Amino acid sequence: MTIQFQSFDQFLAMGRYGAYVWPAYGLTLLTVGLNLWWARRLLARAKLDARRRLAVQDTGARQAMGEGA
Amino acid sequence: MTWTWFHRLGSSPYVYRLAGRLTPWFGWAALLLILAGLAAGLALAPADYQQGDGFRIIYVHVPAAWLSQMIYAWMAVAAAVGLIWRIKVAHAAAAACAPVGASFTVVALATGMLWGKPMWGTYWVWDPRLTTELLTLFIYLGYMGLRSSFDDLQRADRASAVLAVVGVVNVPIVKYSVVWWNSLHQGSSLSLAGKDTIATPMLVPLLVSMLGFTLFFAAVVLVRLKGEVLRRERQASWVREALS
Repeated sequence: MTIQFQSFDQFLAMGRYGAYVWPAYGLTLLTVGLNLWWARRLLARAKLDARRRLAVQDTGARQAMGEGA
Repeated sequence: MTWTWFHRLGSSPYVYRLAGRLTPWFGWAALLLILAGLAAGLALAPADYQQGDGFRIIYVHVPAAWLSQMIYAWMAVAAAVGLIWRIKVAHAAAAACAPVGASFTVVALATGMLWGKPMWGTYWVWDPRLTTELLTLFIYLGYMGLRSSFDDLQRADRASAVLAVVGVVNVPIVKYSVVWWNSLHQGSSLSLAGKDTIATPMLVPLLVSMLGFTLFFAAVVLVRLKGEVLRRERQASWVREALS
């Protein structure tokens, strides 16, 4: 396999289809990036919520022990 | 055959740890394959004799359309497993699939429109393939909307799972729409059984790209799955261990 284009300008022009090819690739890669960011944010939030929940439980348990004494 | 592996997959701490261990492998392999597949598709594959360089949209359009339908199938299977065996992790997996599937359905539709304009002369026609793919997007959005309409996670899981399972009838309809009806959309380029209708130098980058996007889905869905599992199990003692 060899590179199909003689120059970088030709590569950018994509025949006369540059205006269609590049937005298609751009949108796809943007969606890849967004998915990554979105998934990591979901996990980070779930971790934060879980930590908060555990902290509340711990405080509750400590208070209950304090009242019991 | 033993079913221990299946039972283990129903255990939240096991799935959480397994997902964490697998994610980097899938993620880095996906990155390499996507970059290689797209670069080869853009620069190395020969131009099409009819569509010239415009056909290069295939290397993002077909993987996106493939993900759109494959993710739906996974989501429906996970939802069915959740409904039948009442496995929380399965519902979590189904919920993790939907936004990823919906986003790539948008990409499949948008890249298809960008391909349709120069080749068919229009961005959109109410053609069987295009219409059923649009329906896929609406089913994903319906599934996500239905989930978010419940405050109770368990009820959200069960109600949305029914929708996911019923909606799976659309998957074969999308697949065979170009065969059953007279469609403007071209037929399949790939076939598991028969001969591919695409030349090898064009085919190889496509397969690499499809594999890359599939692994990308695996990596992203595993990250989301960890989040979904945590949301469902935040009181369990293993969570303390997993977060420490």
